[in-house]
Amino acid sequence: MRAPSSNETALGEVLLAVEEVSLSFGGVRALTGVSFDIRKGEIRAIIGPNGAGKTSMLNVVNGFYQPQSGRITFKGNVRNSMRPYAAARGGIARTFQNLALFRGMTTLDNILAGRALKMHRGFFWQLLRYGPALQEEVEHRRRVEEIIDFLEIAAIRKVQVGRLPYGLQKRVELGRALAMEPDLLLLDEPMAGMNLEEKEDMSRFIIDVNQQYGTTIALIEHDMGVVMDLSDRVVVLDYGRKIADGTPDEVKRDKDVIRAYLGETH
Amino acid sequence: MLYREVGQYKSNYAADMAVFPILQDRIGIAVILVIAYVVFPLIGNDFLLNTILIPFLIFSLAAIGLNLLTGYTGLLSLGTGAFMGVGAYACLKLTTIFPHVNILIWILASGFFSSAIGVLFGLPSLRIKGFYLAVATLAAQFFLEWCFIRIPWLYNYSVSGAIEVPLRTFMGIPMTGPTATSLTRYLAVLTIVVAMTWVASNIVHGRIGRMWMSVRDMDLAAELIGIRLFRTKLLAFAVSSFYCGVAGAMMVFLWYGGAEAEVFAIDQSFLILFMVIIGGLGTLIGSFFGSALIYILPIALRLIPANFGIPIRPAAAEQLTFVIVGALIIVFLVVEPNGLARLWQIGKQKLRVWPFPY
Amino acid sequence: MHILYLIFVDPFVQMVHAPDLLMQTLWDGLVGGVLYALIALGFVLIFKASGVFNFAQGIMVVFAALTLVGLHEHGVPAFVALGLTILVMLVLAFGVERLMLRPLVNQSEIILFMATFGLTYFLIGFGQLVFGGNPKVMIADDLYLPSGAIEWKGHFGFVSLQKIDIAAVVIASIMVAVLAVFFQRTRIGRALRAVADSHQAALSVGISLEQIWVIVWFAAGVVALTTGIMWGARSEVSFSLQIIALKALPVLILGGFTSIPGAIVGGLIIGIGEKLGEFYWGPLLGGGIENWLAYVIALGFLIFRPQGLFGEKIIERI
Repeated sequence: MRAPSSNETALGEVLLAVEEVSLSFGGVRALTGVSFDIRKGEIRAIIGPNGAGKTSMLNVVNGFYQPQSGRITFKGNVRNSMRPYAAARGGIARTFQNLALFRGMTTLDNILAGRALKMHRGFFWQLLRYGPALQEEVEHRRRVEEIIDFLEIAAIRKVQVGRLPYGLQKRVELGRALAMEPDLLLLDEPMAGMNLEEKEDMSRFIIDVNQQYGTTIALIEHDMGVVMDLSDRVVVLDYGRKIADGTPDEVKRDKDVIRAYLGETH
Repeated sequence: MLYREVGQYKSNYAADMAVFPILQDRIGIAVILVIAYVVFPLIGNDFLLNTILIPFLIFSLAAIGLNLLTGYTGLLSLGTGAFMGVGAYACLKLTTIFPHVNILIWILASGFFSSAIGVLFGLPSLRIKGFYLAVATLAAQFFLEWCFIRIPWLYNYSVSGAIEVPLRTFMGIPMTGPTATSLTRYLAVLTIVVAMTWVASNIVHGRIGRMWMSVRDMDLAAELIGIRLFRTKLLAFAVSSFYCGVAGAMMVFLWYGGAEAEVFAIDQSFLILFMVIIGGLGTLIGSFFGSALIYILPIALRLIPANFGIPIRPAAAEQLTFVIVGALIIVFLVVEPNGLARLWQIGKQKLRVWPFPY
Repeated sequence: MHILYLIFVDPFVQMVHAPDLLMQTLWDGLVGGVLYALIALGFVLIFKASGVFNFAQGIMVVFAALTLVGLHEHGVPAFVALGLTILVMLVLAFGVERLMLRPLVNQSEIILFMATFGLTYFLIGFGQLVFGGNPKVMIADDLYLPSGAIEWKGHFGFVSLQKIDIAAVVIASIMVAVLAVFFQRTRIGRALRAVADSHQAALSVGISLEQIWVIVWFAAGVVALTTGIMWGARSEVSFSLQIIALKALPVLILGGFTSIPGAIVGGLIIGIGEKLGEFYWGPLLGGGIENWLAYVIALGFLIFRPQGLFGEKIIERI
């Protein structure tokens, strides 16, 4: 591990920190003593070869997996593990490697569903769909329409997402995560399976989200070009351990990283 | 008049988010309501009202109830019959203990009892899902069925062991019991079903409906966007059982006029499940289609051959119904897994672009 | 306090005081359990190979038994009727594969599950239409199945064992053994296990799904026929059996949907559990608890171990 680089001081305060997190499934170690932090406003990439534990790491962060040991500090609160609901409530949103959309619902409903935490009108008004309940629906619809415009998916507003092509589904999923107005957005391979044009679009959206809304982003990505261009800092995992952490340039030159990727033998 | 949405611009989100955004649909609903409230009562004889329309509406309501749980929330239930039974027995006890309260109030109130029982048997959904949960609802089905037979207090210690519906009046008009006319009962059933369908449509189009569908489509993702799975599922059990309970109470009080526990046996659960499947999972209008097909098909099979002079034994007609319904279920799943409602949608889409194919 | 005594002490006192009754109850439970296990076995076979939760397994039992008895009623000699019934089950397997599974390939589990509802209805109607809906007597004598009972006298008293029950247990054991060998040792068995793991992977190495499906549905049909004969010989051949067949569901919950040993152990637990419950605790509740006890046992079990007895812990991935 290398010493913290000098440009870290320029970054914001720590939003999320994981310390010494270990996770195993019935004897199979997925993560071993991983520590890193995510600072406010940055784009943080998590990279590593297949099976390095990247997705497991995201799953730990938003409470889907409970690590056996370690601590997670989010917005100053220290805890041993997250719970999905607490994570969502605290402002962590997420997209998935293999898409986890609500396939039977329209684009609009998918993104509106992302507002679940922000809608509170009681059961009684819901029964009548009148007064406050309707008013609330309309307010959130307005907010959702902004996201739809931003992601340029107005044309598929009322299409069932199960019927959309893959690239658009990825966009809808991003939309659903944005609808939560998260403080921390976790993107699991947002560009997997995309062609160059789609990748460019997606990169643009990610940068815009980061800059326009000030959302902190942690992303897993395999395309090194994209990672190096987008991210402020990169953490590299291999076999469930952290092998490097730093700016893209630093990581690129790291011996351990080169070895992990090229399988250099000694 | 053509079925077009051309020229119907929405200038605000509220209009676009209405349940029926297209004018022609709203007209269609109005026409159906006029037929149901005016035409049928004028032309309807006892046979039409009592043998076709009342049961059709009641089954539709039960199917909506199950659809909220299975079609919208994705929780398979095989206990619908028993939950209907809870409604019926609760209604009997309520009207026995408080005979002076309007029976229609008790029919609706009995839904709350069924709701409570539904939530109780929905508790395992905290830990288990899919087929496993279906077995949990089977436990409810058989346990409740047993209660209906073994606890005489529930059926007021009647000698036959059956529910005997007492005479209850509303503003001097008999509503339930032997002297209530089929017209009064039809109008009562119709009003309850229309009102509850409207409410169901409000629920599924709003926040709660979206939460249910999220849980159905991808429960893990739903959890990660901040939907509390357990609460959402229990709410689905509660609302669904409420609908089933009211349907059960109506079945006994406004249709049969008396019933034994057998009416709420597992066969009833399956019948309603079939209605939901054939009609279309996750659509309200499908519940009506399914109920119409499954309930009216056997009647048609009995009557049509007789009209053409082909005698068919009642038993054979029933068996033939089984064969046809069974085959239809498979055919529907093969041709259109989304049920009759989907065919209806496709038809509307075709109509919208007519005379062009696309 | 008295009620606690009745629940927690008295039944066990009774068991100790009348061991012959206990043995008798255990035996009855065992036989019932074997038959549940057989139905569950049919489920497991189909579920493993085609991922279909075959709700129609129960009705296949009735349908097979009904066909056998019905053919015999029409004057077909017993063993010829048996052969013909096996043929009918083969035709059924082909029909199911061609008309139901093949068009529904790649649909979600729940759709396939519901399609088997359709199959259930179809078979109920069809069976009644062809053979009539009245309960029938199984042609046990013509098939040389034993009848009568043997009294078994131990140091604890008399236990009466029906010979047909003994035959049921023996035949069931043989069948399970044959299936186990078939699964473990033959080429088709290996293909079957491959299909159970992954349809697509199996297809890609050249296994014919259609063929496998026909084989497992046929195997399940033969298991159903055996179950139907045994059950029919113990009571009668009627459609009410279909409700009893639903008890295979709690059995599967206990044993897991894909485990053959699980189906057997689960069947025995449910069979013995519900007989003991009915005999010793049932009177406290007014009897008849057999109808739901199995489900409640399964439910209680599920809450503590959602993956079943033999299932592996489910790790959810996303």
